[in-house]
Amino acid sequence: MQTPGPFEYERATSVEGAIASLQRLGPDARIIAGGHSLLPMMKLRLANPEHLIDINDLTELAYIREDAGEILIGAMTRHVDLLGSELLARHFPVFRDAEEVIADPVVRNRGTIGGSLCQADAAEDLSAVCSAVKANVVIRGADGERVVSMSEFHVGPFMTAVGDGEMLTEVRLPLRPGGGSAHEKVERRAGDFAIAAASAALWLDGDTIADAGIGLSAVGPTTIEVTRAEELLRGQVPSEDLFGKAGEIAAEDCMPIPDGRGPADYKRHLAGVLTKRALRRAAARALHQEA
Amino acid sequence: MQVTVTINGEAVSRDVEPRTLLVHFIRDTPGLTGTHWGCDTSNCGACVVLMDGKPVKSCTILAAMTEGHEVRTVESLEVDGVLDPVQQGFHEKHALHCGFCTPGMLMTSRALLDENPDPSDLEIRTAISGAICRCTGYKNIVAAVRWAAEHEATTRQEA
Repeated sequence: MQTPGPFEYERATSVEGAIASLQRLGPDARIIAGGHSLLPMMKLRLANPEHLIDINDLTELAYIREDAGEILIGAMTRHVDLLGSELLARHFPVFRDAEEVIADPVVRNRGTIGGSLCQADAAEDLSAVCSAVKANVVIRGADGERVVSMSEFHVGPFMTAVGDGEMLTEVRLPLRPGGGSAHEKVERRAGDFAIAAASAALWLDGDTIADAGIGLSAVGPTTIEVTRAEELLRGQVPSEDLFGKAGEIAAEDCMPIPDGRGPADYKRHLAGVLTKRALRRAAARALHQEA
Repeated sequence: MQVTVTINGEAVSRDVEPRTLLVHFIRDTPGLTGTHWGCDTSNCGACVVLMDGKPVKSCTILAAMTEGHEVRTVESLEVDGVLDPVQQGFHEKHALHCGFCTPGMLMTSRALLDENPDPSDLEIRTAISGAICRCTGYKNIVAAVRWAAEHEATTRQEA
């Protein structure tokens, strides 16, 4: 029988209250949202928090809305709502691509974007998605908020920029013209973590790529941002040849390790192919040419 | 800690450890053992119950997290000897063999039909993709849910 180790439980009734509890209880306290990453980790004793602060009552953190040139997503927004959001699908279809292949519909009723990002599992899909679309996250503490980019957010395996006494409250997606995005994943069976996955976003200015974002899942110690390929793409005209080269860079720059999901060279190959496919689909969407 | 959970409309209260999982609370406290405890890792779907009408995996939710919410288990489907259409569908279409996955399959299917009364085979397969059956190959389960969708109105009338 798998049961978490003992801990104390409390329910937060406000964001301020949750932060006050985190500060009072110290580093052995953890926030629990959907719990579908944290509770399995606790059952395996990979995580042993002494206190859990349940934020499921903080419905004020469950929203997807457009405001001042950004899409704002509250940390308690569940996968089911990310999948269903027409606003998100219109501006960042990469979210729907990813959500369709994250776990299963029942798990998606519980898991949240804040929990997924804070878990910072390198094999998790939304971290790659948020990296590709150049998201910023809002981290709140007792002294106020700070906004950090995804590259600053991931600091190591299962480690983020969220410090003791702080919590992630919002994900911000800057809206820019000419955008298209897509997520490509290969997994062993439906709903599993990726063997490898690639998220790509492109922003076109006329015929040329003004900016690009590529995030890879499951092929390194953290989510991999393929900055060298992003640099290659900027200022270029989208083409199969260009996307092939970007894929080659992704294959070179990722850092997969062999495990039950496959050998490293296979994962490297997948990272390249999936990057190329994601870029191809992102470009088609940016040009409104998707079949 | 004292935890009170509303299970099938009745408030059930017990002093439990905070780490008590909902599946064990349901099975041990009111003794409703219809909810099966399977893989313990949120993969198999045998423990699915409805929380505020939505299917959730009760092995990966703390009982304490459900206080103030409505939990519905497989025991609530049959009313006064009349089976729920999904139960009747599983009977008609022979959608179970060993029966271990059945409670989770039934609750997942019930939630699907509550939201989408006329699902396609693909929508049914997607809805139950978080539940594993090692006996049927799923074909009869999909047929059972279709049967339930087609007989929902008449079965309800008879009830």
